[in-house]
Amino acid sequence: MSLINNINKAFDHRIRLGIMSILMVNDHADFKMLKELLEITDGNLASHVKALEKETYISIEKQFIGRKPNTRYAATKLGKAAFKKHIEALEKLLGK
Amino acid sequence: MESNKYLEDISEIKNMMSRSSRFISLSGLSGVLAGVYALVGAFLAYQVLSDYSGSSLVSGTMRSDASVVQQLFLIAIGVMLCAIVSGIFLTMKKSKKSGEKMWDVSSKRLVFNFLVPLLTGGAFCLVLIQYEIAWLVAPATLIFYGLACINASKYTLGDVRYMGIAFVILGLVNTQLIGYGLYFWALGFGVFHIFYGALMYFKYDRK
Repeated sequence: MSLINNINKAFDHRIRLGIMSILMVNDHADFKMLKELLEITDGNLASHVKALEKETYISIEKQFIGRKPNTRYAATKLGKAAFKKHIEALEKLLGK
Repeated sequence: MESNKYLEDISEIKNMMSRSSRFISLSGLSGVLAGVYALVGAFLAYQVLSDYSGSSLVSGTMRSDASVVQQLFLIAIGVMLCAIVSGIFLTMKKSKKSGEKMWDVSSKRLVFNFLVPLLTGGAFCLVLIQYEIAWLVAPATLIFYGLACINASKYTLGDVRYMGIAFVILGLVNTQLIGYGLYFWALGFGVFHIFYGALMYFKYDRK
């Protein structure tokens, strides 16, 4: 059962998994980039981003590019560590 | 049943990681075509050059240097335009098939990282011409093109890296064999493009 314990509930959804995957290999990604890669609606993405932010797995940075507001996201240290653990747990579960 | 879901999770993770960091729709076939254009261009350039030296020796109706340079310049521009146009066209076709956006963050990043060393090299070659060190232009173009490929390879199919390394080596060898620039160009931009383009075509495009 200890293996199952390592499966992180916060990542137990395809879209949150996708967001974290993208932020693992990119220093940061903005809202539009995430939306295009994941092919989902604004509202849907916003709710999943909020969930990850609540766990402090990702950080949000608001800035202006010219006059346009731009929100970009990055994985926190905690988030990266948690995600690595999650992947390891997945691999172990499959490896058996 | 559970493990099926985890398997899908893993494949989603892999997919998102490579999609978000690499532009994978680069067409191998466009590399092959670029190589073919380069070989045709090199052949035409060879004709122009041998006509030039031939006519000046035999009939004395020597054409001006300027017209030869102009012709070579036109050939170079023609080859480049053909390669870029067919490259964009084929990549567009492939990206439609794979569902990847043609002009998104990853392709922009790819183009940017490719252009930085390439434009630096271009400017450097102009400086070489300015100081009349023209014999180093051919090796310099090969070396900088190779560096551009190595730099860009982090953001697209990894095979581009090996082509870049091959170009850099070819350029360095060329520095020791001055006067054969055209042959080295034909080997690099022609043969290497065809070889690596075909390799990538069979590896990725035919799926």
